[in-house]
Amino acid sequence: MRLTFWGTRGSIGVPGPDTVVYGGNTTCLGIETCDETIILDAGTGIRGLGVELARSMPVTCSIFISHTHWDHIQGLPFFVPLFVPGNTIKICGTFDPVNNKDLREVLAAQMDYNYFPVRSAELAADISYLTLREGQTVDCGSAQVTPVIMNHPVISFGYKVSCGGKSVFFTGDHEDYANIYEPGDPFYEEYETIILQKRAQIAGSIRGVDVLVSDCQYTEEEYPSKAGWGHSTPSMAVALAQAAGVKRLFLTHHEPTRPDAAMALFHAQIVERFKETGIEIDMAREGLSVEI
Amino acid sequence: MPDQDKNTNAERLLPLVEKIPAFSQSVSRVLSLASDINCSPKVLVEVVSGDPVLTMKILRLVNSAYFGLPNKITSVHQALVNLGLNTLKHTALSLAMLGVLPRKNDAGLDIDALWLHSLAVGLAARRLAQAKGVPKAESEDYFVAGLLHDVGKLVYASYEPARFARALETAALDQVDLTVPERAELGATHAEVGALLAERWGLAEPLRLALAGHHAPSDETPAMLTDVVFVANQVVKRKNLGFSGNPALTPMPAGVRERLTLTAEAVGAALEELPLELQNARVILQL
Ligand SMILES: [Zn+2]
Ligand SMILES: [Zn+2]
Repeated sequence: MRLTFWGTRGSIGVPGPDTVVYGGNTTCLGIETCDETIILDAGTGIRGLGVELARSMPVTCSIFISHTHWDHIQGLPFFVPLFVPGNTIKICGTFDPVNNKDLREVLAAQMDYNYFPVRSAELAADISYLTLREGQTVDCGSAQVTPVIMNHPVISFGYKVSCGGKSVFFTGDHEDYANIYEPGDPFYEEYETIILQKRAQIAGSIRGVDVLVSDCQYTEEEYPSKAGWGHSTPSMAVALAQAAGVKRLFLTHHEPTRPDAAMALFHAQIVERFKETGIEIDMAREGLSVEI
Repeated sequence: MPDQDKNTNAERLLPLVEKIPAFSQSVSRVLSLASDINCSPKVLVEVVSGDPVLTMKILRLVNSAYFGLPNKITSVHQALVNLGLNTLKHTALSLAMLGVLPRKNDAGLDIDALWLHSLAVGLAARRLAQAKGVPKAESEDYFVAGLLHDVGKLVYASYEPARFARALETAALDQVDLTVPERAELGATHAEVGALLAERWGLAEPLRLALAGHHAPSDETPAMLTDVVFVANQVVKRKNLGFSGNPALTPMPAGVRERLTLTAEAVGAALEELPLELQNARVILQL
């Protein structure tokens, strides 16, 4: 399978001269399997992927949404294959127990006339929606995709994509768990145990994959003021790769305020800092395509 | 109605309202945490764990097919780690509010249908609030106001079943607004009783006003919460989601129309998916 980064930026798109290397579009990953395209998240990066796919229609593809925060869905109305009859597109994602809105409704809302001149009812492709529960494996041609609930302020899925003996795990937006108690508090140990169980569950779902793509929005220095916002640091991403025994790690969901020069420096520091781990650590760059 | 009458009614109704159990401390704390954007997870866990019934209901819900989790959740801590603060907070709020009131009565009121109606109004009010640009955390207040707007009916159904049954019957037979026979039979409307109960429970003033004004939003002390609950209630009735015991529809007062500035199309669009959402949410009524 082939993994391509179409959008690598977190929170908001930042196109411009300072982001030409690492990319300015928001999250979108494309995975070509032998018989289908699997798309992870529909940030602005999905527009370019749609143009590419539209060259050889009819298109059969599946889009998996990690969660419906803006930077993971905002490109969907500009995904050309949606508007062409004959294309078959499956859109899958989380349930939302807080707002009780299902995926179709949330996505349709952003195509509301207020924001966008085409109504979701006018999408001409054959589109189906599937609300997933954790652990529910979806078959996409010869590939399988399985969601895992990660740690973000809303319910957010990470996805494992497997095909022909190769596999990738994408964390979506994810922050490591933190104990809500101070050491010494009577509940500290109990809470720590639950965190260890949840970490082990996630690592177990990732174990064996060839490539891990992880959220890594913040530097260790930035993190303390952003704790609880639902994003990782290099040490969190590396710890996850280690726990899951993954040898190849791509870091993504880049902080929008980090220009290319700072990104390159950040990358170099990470490589140096974690060289003992034996993990090959790369920054996701828009347009980068990797054969797995 | 002159103020004099209002006071007399309030005096007459107070003993009735006092029969309703006080809001448990955990419920009022969950209520105040729900719209607190800085709500600390530790405090939420403390409040929920301190209420065994609420804890049990939350665990039942998160272990239901609705959440469909592959692993069984056995503690509030575990629910927090697995589902996150926002989900736990909202779940606790919904279940706490629903746990407050009686589920049976002798007035022939279909309580399940009333709860479904109330839940629908809560969900609708929250949707309308979001359509008006109210921040997410604050929109929980709209959900609560909608959920509780008819709480006065539960007071009547539980403690004045014979008279309330007559009022319900008259409303059904004559197709008049329930508040008319309520006033004749019981001396006050369920909206007024609801407001008294809100006071006794120490609910926030906007919430009390919304309960008091949900049939006739005041033009003198206009409030968005009241206006939105009014509209949500009417739309839910028109869509026949649940049944409130009140067959009459009230046209939108000019004041509400002017203040809300939501067109009929905008209301329709905001509530288009309401039946589906209600279908998903009704699981919480069964716990
Ligand atoms: Zn994001
Ligand atoms: Zn997010």
